[in-house]
Amino acid sequence: MYTEKVLEYFHKPKNLGKIKNADGVGKVGNLACGDMMYLYIKVKKDGKKEIISDIKFQTFGCVAAIATSSAITEMVKGKELKEALEVSKSDVIDSLEGLPPIKIHCSVLATEALAEAIYDYLLNNKRPIPKDLEKKHNHIVKSNEMLAERYEEWIENQEE
Amino acid sequence: MKTTKTKKKRIYLDYAATTPVDPRVVKAMLPYFTEKFGNPASIHSAGTEANKALEKARATFADYLSCDTTEIFFTSSATESNNWAIKGIASAYKIKGKKIIVSSVEHDCVLNSSKWLSQNGFEVERAPVDEFGTVKIEELKKMITPDTILVSIMHSNNEIGTLQPVEEIGKLCREKGVLFHTDAAQSFGKMPINMKRLNIDLLTASSHKIYGPKGVALLYIRKGVVIEPLLHGGGHERGKRSSTVNVAGIVGFAKALEICVKEMYDEKLRLTKLRDKIIKSILKNIPNSHLNGHTTNRLYNNVNVRFDFIEGEALMMELDHKGIEVSTVSACASSTLQFSHVLLACGIEEKYAQGTIRISLGRFTNEKDINYLLEVLPDAVKKMRKISPLNIENWRM
Repeated sequence: MYTEKVLEYFHKPKNLGKIKNADGVGKVGNLACGDMMYLYIKVKKDGKKEIISDIKFQTFGCVAAIATSSAITEMVKGKELKEALEVSKSDVIDSLEGLPPIKIHCSVLATEALAEAIYDYLLNNKRPIPKDLEKKHNHIVKSNEMLAERYEEWIENQEE
Repeated sequence: MKTTKTKKKRIYLDYAATTPVDPRVVKAMLPYFTEKFGNPASIHSAGTEANKALEKARATFADYLSCDTTEIFFTSSATESNNWAIKGIASAYKIKGKKIIVSSVEHDCVLNSSKWLSQNGFEVERAPVDEFGTVKIEELKKMITPDTILVSIMHSNNEIGTLQPVEEIGKLCREKGVLFHTDAAQSFGKMPINMKRLNIDLLTASSHKIYGPKGVALLYIRKGVVIEPLLHGGGHERGKRSSTVNVAGIVGFAKALEICVKEMYDEKLRLTKLRDKIIKSILKNIPNSHLNGHTTNRLYNNVNVRFDFIEGEALMMELDHKGIEVSTVSACASSTLQFSHVLLACGIEEKYAQGTIRISLGRFTNEKDINYLLEVLPDAVKKMRKISPLNIENWRM
């Protein structure tokens, strides 16, 4: 059911963990299956360019959720923010040599987590936020609220 | 970490899903593919020979169930048997009433058969269960109305292994004049089932759960119960289930049952011990782990446990990587992304239901396999928790 590439990322996830003092954090979840993804980014300025110098993830979810989050961190590490935002769910799926149809939503989750982390960075630095990103953010916030309710107890008990 | 963990051997712990065919069963079946290939419906010598084998097999089932051979009807699967029982009874008794009661923890084939009926003029209600998945008899009693024609409650649950009080349910149904069907796919061959003592009117059993071939099952129908056939045709199985009879499969099914009956007592002792060893070790050694279902009132080969902060499919695949095959009912692993209706019916919240795996033991499971499982599982859980943002290291006690 899963490609070898997916299993490879699942068994040996790249960029796993948390970044303390991250410049941006994206926390997203999928209401249908209950998956949660946290993405942390460090951004480095290089002249006018803003580059993702470090990125890490944590995922509560299935094999596909773990593999897609790991894959997207690899895909955007070292990229400019603008470029990173252009990574689509199909790019993620292609990099994994395919996903079972029912797991496509996991790749959406990965792109949303990245968008949220970048949104968080822009917001923290009082930077203008592109319209598309704002729209995406508003949509994510809504579903996150519902998910947060489900995991309330666990999330509240987490230490910062 | 020891390096011995990259063993090539596969340890199968998913016997509730299906079982390998016992070599003794294969041996019994083989002649019926080639030299004894006849159609039991034919009256020439080849047909007679096949028919003899068929009726001998039927007697094995009647013997085990303490019923008459004319009450055994062979089908192609437990799904077919359950569909037939529910739709066939509804159709035959629709003049008497329109209400059918099923439990909320039934297998999908019972739930979806009854759902189909509810879209076709019948009224279907789901009987609630307690935290262990046991049907609440008092609630069931209140649900049975004069319009009720059938109650369908499984003998034991396929996910959490909970044994239902079929004796009491049967008694209640008999008192109320309602037919009682039970899906015994998981219990059949694992414990005595006596139709003389139990007020069961219809019972489903399947071959591939008891080391027999796939594609063979049966429906027991008590004498006097009227049922509409599902398959119309040449009138096989005394006019009730048309289709050329799968003689080799049925011979295998009978041989499989014969072995189960012979080894039942020892197998029960052996597997109960292993089951309890697994449960005890997991609950003791893995923090934030819980048992789903009942501690003792459960199938002796079923362990169903859940681990907080992680997801079942990922854990299952991590174990698979270590050579251990178990199953999961997490939403991620289901074809519809639905949470397990069984766990939800037991009142287990969605977030807790997510981290569930089922470990089911069988004939070829030994203590060494279990020791290996218990060695590998804590690390697998730990690894998954390390990936999870909700991981246990972050948990403030």
